[in-house]
Amino acid sequence: MKTVQLTINGRRVEATPGTSLLVAAREAGIEIPTLCHNDAVEPYGACRMCLVDIEKGGRKKTVASCCYNVEQDLNVTTSTPKLERMRKLIVELLSPAYTPPSPEHRVEAPRFTGALPDCSLCGLCVRYCRDVVGRNALYFAGRGVDRRIAFVPGAASECDDCRACFDLCSSGWVVSRYTSDAASEWEDRPRFRGAC
Amino acid sequence: MIKRITTAADLETLREHARSARKLKPIQVAVCSGTGCLAAKSKTMADLLEEEVDRQGLTSRVEVRRTGCFGFCEQGPVMVIQPLDVCYLKVGVNDVEELVRRTLAEGEVVERLLFHTPEGRAVRALNDIPFYVGQSRVLLHANTQITPTSLEEYLSIGGYGALSRALFEMAPREVVDLIKASGLRGRGGGGFPTGVKWESSRNAPGDEKYVIVNADEGDPGAYMDRSLLEGNPHAILEGLIIGGYAVGARQGYIYVRQEYPLAVENAQRAIDQAYEYGLLGSDILGSGLRLDVKIHRGAGAFVSGESTALMRAIEGFVGEPRPKYIHTSHHGLWNSPTVLNNVETWANVPVILNLGLKRYRALGTDGSKGTKIFSLVGKVRNSGLVEVPMGMTLRQLVEDIGGGVPGGKAIKAVQTGGPSGGFIPASRLDLPVDFDALDEAGSMMGSGGLIVMDEDTCIVDATRYYVNFLAKESCGQCVPCREGLRQLSKILDGMVEGRGTMQDIETMEEICELLETASLCALGRTAPNPVRSALRYFRDEFEAHARDRRCPSLVCESMTRYVIDASSCPGCLLCMKVCPTDAIEGERKHPHRIDQDKCIQCGNCLAACPPRISAVHKVPKSPSMDAPRPRAQV
Repeated sequence: MKTVQLTINGRRVEATPGTSLLVAAREAGIEIPTLCHNDAVEPYGACRMCLVDIEKGGRKKTVASCCYNVEQDLNVTTSTPKLERMRKLIVELLSPAYTPPSPEHRVEAPRFTGALPDCSLCGLCVRYCRDVVGRNALYFAGRGVDRRIAFVPGAASECDDCRACFDLCSSGWVVSRYTSDAASEWEDRPRFRGAC
Repeated sequence: MIKRITTAADLETLREHARSARKLKPIQVAVCSGTGCLAAKSKTMADLLEEEVDRQGLTSRVEVRRTGCFGFCEQGPVMVIQPLDVCYLKVGVNDVEELVRRTLAEGEVVERLLFHTPEGRAVRALNDIPFYVGQSRVLLHANTQITPTSLEEYLSIGGYGALSRALFEMAPREVVDLIKASGLRGRGGGGFPTGVKWESSRNAPGDEKYVIVNADEGDPGAYMDRSLLEGNPHAILEGLIIGGYAVGARQGYIYVRQEYPLAVENAQRAIDQAYEYGLLGSDILGSGLRLDVKIHRGAGAFVSGESTALMRAIEGFVGEPRPKYIHTSHHGLWNSPTVLNNVETWANVPVILNLGLKRYRALGTDGSKGTKIFSLVGKVRNSGLVEVPMGMTLRQLVEDIGGGVPGGKAIKAVQTGGPSGGFIPASRLDLPVDFDALDEAGSMMGSGGLIVMDEDTCIVDATRYYVNFLAKESCGQCVPCREGLRQLSKILDGMVEGRGTMQDIETMEEICELLETASLCALGRTAPNPVRSALRYFRDEFEAHARDRRCPSLVCESMTRYVIDASSCPGCLLCMKVCPTDAIEGERKHPHRIDQDKCIQCGNCLAACPPRISAVHKVPKSPSMDAPRPRAQV
């Protein structure tokens, strides 16, 4: 099969067309931090932890490596002072719901409050349930700063035999809500206002 | 029974028929029936006008036409009478009898209904009103000439002539080349060259291609697209059909927000009529071209105006932008090549064909060709929709067309480009209206919102408004946009409420960097614009709020208070009567006093105090402020 050659952090890397920069880098042993990525589901591009700088023919751009596919002669840089600054700020903005595995991205004293305390909205539970399990027991409710995860009323009753999302959730939101919320969701959900 | 038009010659026969039908009655009255004038009761007035014309026996001589938006919404309902060339403004039901009797029957002018300049001079013709003098109404002119519900009337002003020429005299390739050569750039905000977009979709592999009208106009205070779609829906449709022919699409969509009921209604009627006449469907005008067009009503999300989100919404999914780095011109709707253009962009297409390359390119600047419609609103004397050639300066727009700021106040800034745009300070008003010049100044053309702010506007408070809007309207998918805007919004709330710190200003700049670098879509990447431009031009105001707890414009309630100047208060009790919390103490003929603990800062007292007395003042709140310190009177 035809392959493309590109450079990641100065190293020549060969990859199959259609591979994302993130996967190509990991295959070459170059680690890029991620939060919302999981090989089992489609790239989602939400956490932006996997940002990399790309350059080709003098044109530079910063992209999410999980959603950008390899290109011939692309020049990729996975870490710069600015990219690290962006990553730390993302972690800080999500605090306390998310603690990155690598110590260099951790933030000692986060300045912000107001984000969801135990959910980074990585959406792995929703996406896994929808794309892999095919059950759609969870969904994104609300928009903008009001976005949150919710159980589809009633659907969660079939979840006992699956529980696949329990392990995917790094912050424990799913586990903590499963028993308490799933049953009462009917009562709690916001009513639609006006004509639909 | 309507006959389908099957040849270009048939179209011209029908056009001639429509033209002569227009000339049957010697007096033509156009009554604006756009949403703005309808709100000012123009429908009741027009109904009464028809009755009165009938009652005075003028039916055979007078044609009353309910047209689209004239643009001068501030002065609505607008009425233009031809061939007398008289423009009446703020026409009420009580004026109808007189204007029919005097103007329509006798040919006299009713002076009080004319426009009067601030100096008191009456202006008779629409085109002599200062609001219209500097405009080039290439797109909006047709709005005032026709009834939007009639296809024949659109034909009578040359409608669908451009389509006929494109179909029978040009190859699709030539149409694309023409649009490219015209220099037309997308009017939705981005300013991407339209012809390049078309060419890319045209050359993209795939049998199914789509053309889409983006009428998801969501900027607060902007209504350019609504007026076009309401007032001249066939022009948009004609542009769309030409686009479909040029790129090889067989299906078109008009994505229009549900909140625009009249636009939805008029666009749907236009589509139905176009099908009946053979201008849509199979074998358009007998040329063999096939295009179907459907309306998709948007469910009211600002982010759905983003191209990939809009396409997902049409596909039936939640309108959220796609994270993949792919171009919609190749992989758009249902993963097929798709051309998405804004309403105003599509409306330019027939104009380019009708004017020809040379005359179209003569309009505008080197980098931005043609005209741009703005909704000129805020602290400006003549607000409304204006269409000006690119390159006109903001000063001309605000001062010549808009008539300047009312009440003798000084202009502080104009905000262009909607919530993703920025503030441009009074010192830079000589900037031309041009995509690149506005970008450079830290704002953007956007879809054409232009809000004038005077010295009484607090920039910190205004910035907070835009950031809060974006925080609510973001889809919430990516972290920078959702969490970044959440924190920006919290910081700005704090600053307005008197809890800001100097550190906050730096934190905002950090978050802005993240938003513009890391966000998933253009909503997040442009979201820092209001904050960035405000900090660039009005940093001192942020510092005054954060460091001195002072709002220089006396807007933020936490930093101001109301006081009564004892030396000028005659003790008339007026303010006491309107105070909802009984915070004002005193008795008749003795100066009143405001109890600051009870005062909720509603401002009723200031409004109630007669201007010749002006004893109530809004002053900065500071511990040392015991004596009233009145603001300089303008």
